[in-house]
Amino acid sequence: MDFPQIGILLAAAALYVLFLPARWRPTFLMVGSVVGLFWLQPTLPVRWLDYTLPALTLVIVALCWRLTLAPDARVTRADWLALALTAGIAALLLLPRYIELPPALEITSRPPPAEITIPLVAGLSIAGMLLARLASGTRRGLLAGVFVLAGLFVLLKFSPLTTTLAGLARSTTGQDAALASPVDLGWLGFSYIAFRLIHTLRDRQTGILPALGFRDYLSYVIFTPALVAGPIDRAENHGAAVAGLAEARLRDPARITTALGRIAVGLFKKFVIADTLAIFSLGPLTASQADGAGATWVLLYAYAFRLFFDFSGYTDIAIGIGLLFGVQLPENFDRPYLKQNLTIFWQSWHKSLSDWGRFYIYSPLSRALLKRKPKPGNYVIIFSATAATFIVIGLWHGITLPFLLWGAWHALGLFAHKLWTDRTRAWYRGLSDGRRRAWHVVGTLLTFHFVALGWVWFALPDIGQGLRVFAALFGIGGGA
Amino acid sequence: MSAMPGWKWLTDGGYTWGFLARVLGKALALFVLLNLAFVLADPVPALGRVSLYNGLLAGRERLPYGEDPAAYNLSLFDLNAMFASHTLAGPRPDARRVIVLGDSSVWGVLLENRDTLPACLTEQLPGTRFYNVGYPTMSALKDLLLLEAALAYQPDAIMWLVTLESLPRERQLDAPIVANNPARVRPLIERFGLGFDPLDPRFVETDFIGRTLIGQRRALADWLRLQAYGVAWTHTGIDQVYGEYTPRSNDFDEDATWQGLNPDATLNDDILALDVLRAGASLTGQARVPLLLVNEPIFIADGQNSDVRYNFWYPRWSYDQYRALLGDAAAAEGWPYADLWDAVAPAEFTDSPVHLTPAGSRALCEAVVPFVAAIQEEADAGS
Repeated sequence: MDFPQIGILLAAAALYVLFLPARWRPTFLMVGSVVGLFWLQPTLPVRWLDYTLPALTLVIVALCWRLTLAPDARVTRADWLALALTAGIAALLLLPRYIELPPALEITSRPPPAEITIPLVAGLSIAGMLLARLASGTRRGLLAGVFVLAGLFVLLKFSPLTTTLAGLARSTTGQDAALASPVDLGWLGFSYIAFRLIHTLRDRQTGILPALGFRDYLSYVIFTPALVAGPIDRAENHGAAVAGLAEARLRDPARITTALGRIAVGLFKKFVIADTLAIFSLGPLTASQADGAGATWVLLYAYAFRLFFDFSGYTDIAIGIGLLFGVQLPENFDRPYLKQNLTIFWQSWHKSLSDWGRFYIYSPLSRALLKRKPKPGNYVIIFSATAATFIVIGLWHGITLPFLLWGAWHALGLFAHKLWTDRTRAWYRGLSDGRRRAWHVVGTLLTFHFVALGWVWFALPDIGQGLRVFAALFGIGGGA
Repeated sequence: MSAMPGWKWLTDGGYTWGFLARVLGKALALFVLLNLAFVLADPVPALGRVSLYNGLLAGRERLPYGEDPAAYNLSLFDLNAMFASHTLAGPRPDARRVIVLGDSSVWGVLLENRDTLPACLTEQLPGTRFYNVGYPTMSALKDLLLLEAALAYQPDAIMWLVTLESLPRERQLDAPIVANNPARVRPLIERFGLGFDPLDPRFVETDFIGRTLIGQRRALADWLRLQAYGVAWTHTGIDQVYGEYTPRSNDFDEDATWQGLNPDATLNDDILALDVLRAGASLTGQARVPLLLVNEPIFIADGQNSDVRYNFWYPRWSYDQYRALLGDAAAAEGWPYADLWDAVAPAEFTDSPVHLTPAGSRALCEAVVPFVAAIQEEADAGS
């Protein structure tokens, strides 16, 4: 989100708080989020795609919602109304193709023709809904949903497949397929949307997902403040927040002051600190230009702090705007670079993602391994679950070798920390307060530098250059 | 609203509407006061002198210029900030200090710092440090502006490279750095009676709002960016992106006009801003700093219609007249003058009639050395 977009969201929040009747708030959240989905989607090089991808998001969300309905639950009148409203908004957004709108009202660039889109989306939705109805609440149906989402995720995050898909999209719209690139399929927020959907499918499977109508399910998955950069809320939190909206005191000075404070802090972190650090932070170009170890460390530190201020700044803005709309999003950061070890770091960096990994990869995998006969050793279970979790978290950012290495780096780090704490617990307990404080300082410095070195894989798409940067950081070789 | 871990300072305020109104009221009052104070104090020039360069960061070898973030460089209009980032503002070396003024050929478009004229001269003349104060716009008035600022650093001599393209009177105020520094340029116009209108509409006037904190946000952001780019500059030594370029043309249309003038025109003080050169000489004279004026080398074409034009910029008639005028003015005023218009072989020009290759820059350097040595001897004799 850029500055004007944040300004528009603030203005919308002001109108929402001041003028909207309280009973309409949940519906407004859904309507606003649907509009926000199209509005925030950047223009793409492939014709019509900046309309088609958000529309496809709505279809996928509707299908997943149908799948997560309990077998004995019925689609209510309110659900049909919400579905109709969503379809109506998507249809309305086709209008710019036929009538000239003032630039301020152009939410999408030139959308596809209605005569193609409406039958296609309607057909896809009806077929999907019928299928989802048959599979609703069943283990197979829910698992199929998870696999389809994971497959789609792979298609969008694995560059060769994404390019092939982009080529197909280009051929369909009569554009040159030879120019296809992954950038063509820049599906806004899909990583977060997919993880939220998988969370609901899995929680339905384990029976802990609360009943959510389509309106609240949709506004949970595509809630505008959290669409671009999270956090990944849990459906039960969002459901509870939306259920309480009609009675919520949104015109509460404490809420408004806190929200505006969070937004102000977030704006400063993102647009002043992070954007300034971005000028000289580690990247493929700066890494190749850095002159010596000192320069490379400067770039790496700048990257580490830029990433934190950028991402946590966005989170502050999202939480602040969410608060104004009456939805308190989860915290995502808690001074991560001041943590004494890697385990605590991961409880304070992108917490909503690491929690997701813990709930849906680490815990189920650990349980599955524990049930195996013969039962593997504890360390084998811990290592396997940690590695799987962090490799998925790494690949969530993009299916590339550097992200895989980044995930493996943290998995190894966490496992090493586990071994270390198990072996030094007695020694640690015997330390005096002063030595313990000194050890905390050492631990914080070590943790920060381990994390910062891991960012080398994150920042550089080329493994060879990553290795050269490592060498340069320690004064080996002739630079990156 | 549930607790926000780590945000106790924000959430534990016991906020009321009265508190919020007071905060907003105070914020508004502070905002207004701060903007008013900003107008009254005009802190941007003073802030410009505050710099991480030459201390925490390495000073720049040439003035900041450029818009490509990949070059870790930017164009800004605050001369204080520009000079504060330059090595000229750094520790004074145990050597004579000579400032080299001029256009993009001196600044060194497409040249690395080590290949520029000032770098070559520093290498060729031990005991003298040459500072690159060239700036890539064609305007002698821009050079005068920079000269005045540079004299504050008490150089031992000035070398000023000019060419015809930087002298058309009508275009002197087109340079953005000139147009955006009316407070510095107007006093020069008045002091030396220069032939420009101090109220020329090209001067960028700053109204009341423009002088507030909000109005000056671009200048403040530029200052901040200049410091931030300094980190990258210090650690990479990069201040320019060297990409592919289109070579200067060798063939031309049969067009003999120059700046809308036909070959029968006579160049004079109304057309060329020679008064700016006189003002520069006067400034340096008052500061008792020797000045060497150099007519910089140009590309001399041998292609189609090269009998009409020397190059893309200059028809022969206009350039010949300019050379004669400049030579006469130098002789009449007693300026040390080096006419090096043909000192560099045509093959050593890059994308414009004045931009040089490293070899071209070295050739110019070797040609100019005797003239520099002469003015240094003169200065030494004088002192």
